[in-house]
Amino acid sequence: MARIVVITSGKGGVGKTTTSAAIATGLALRGHKTAVIDFDVGLRNLDLIMGCERRVVYDFVNVINGDANLKQALIRDKRVDNLYILPASQTRDKDALTQDGVERVLNELSEDFEYIVCDSPAGIERGALMAAYFADEAIVVTNPEVSSVRDSDRILGILASKTRKVEQGGEPIEGKLLLTRYSAERAERGEMLSIEDVGEILAIELLGVIPESQAVLNASNAGQPVVLDEESDAGQAYQDAVDRFLGEERPLRFVDVPKKGFFGRLFKG
Amino acid sequence: MGIFDYFRQPRQKSASVAKERLQIIVARERAARSGPDYLPAMQQELLQVIRKYVQVDDDAVQMNVDREGDCEVLELNITLPDDKE
Repeated sequence: MARIVVITSGKGGVGKTTTSAAIATGLALRGHKTAVIDFDVGLRNLDLIMGCERRVVYDFVNVINGDANLKQALIRDKRVDNLYILPASQTRDKDALTQDGVERVLNELSEDFEYIVCDSPAGIERGALMAAYFADEAIVVTNPEVSSVRDSDRILGILASKTRKVEQGGEPIEGKLLLTRYSAERAERGEMLSIEDVGEILAIELLGVIPESQAVLNASNAGQPVVLDEESDAGQAYQDAVDRFLGEERPLRFVDVPKKGFFGRLFKG
Repeated sequence: MGIFDYFRQPRQKSASVAKERLQIIVARERAARSGPDYLPAMQQELLQVIRKYVQVDDDAVQMNVDREGDCEVLELNITLPDDKE
């Protein structure tokens, strides 16, 4: 049986797809057979971030409708063993993701994979609800910014009530916080919510903090999951998050302002 | 703190404003979520009943569920219009 992990946030543009690509790649790099599914029907983008956009033949909805089987639709990553991508459909039919259909695909994937990473669309419409419904675990991607934190709290409410686990009488999914686009400098100056502020408001376990980084745009430009950029701060922060996800202890990195020398302090930049 | 900061106007840090606003709105929305499922429907029906007798605005009926120990208290506020017709 695979563990199903939803990457969700409520708000758009906070880094769900970047995170899905990074976490899935990180899991595969550690030898876990992983599939990452794009649930954003109509606005397919995971394929671009993973750099496999020209290899898409069949998609998630094709498999649900029986137009293709999973083997035909799954794209095997060329860089990392054990990593497969199931792209979203570009159909405009909002109802294409049926609960039965999604369940069938997840069940079939479960037989063969250790982890299934579900890249949720923004919002709280069907795609987002379907991505969360079957999850065993959730990573809530949040920016240190008011609208993102509020939407994350809304999503935590959905995770606590509208999942298969809860409906079957199981424990609600708690959700783990991944704070992205964090700037230690701005937080220290009091211009940005700090890690502690967001932690206090959402009151969930912190999985990691990804610093605001040029490496993220560079990675998406190139279609390379940012974890593969081992030199970069964001790449290393995602690696730490994957380790913590797998139960290892890792200290937070890239969350302190580098100490300035005497002249630096005097003529603060 | 650089020496030039001493000449700047002190002002409230925007992050602390953000935190305060978030704490309030998140607490309110959590309270709304944790209330019974029938509250919105009941609110609508009450509104219709009241409108049989007096024209009120959509937000005239405010409901709140509070927990006090073992007791659940349903608080109902109805705002009537000022002018009598």
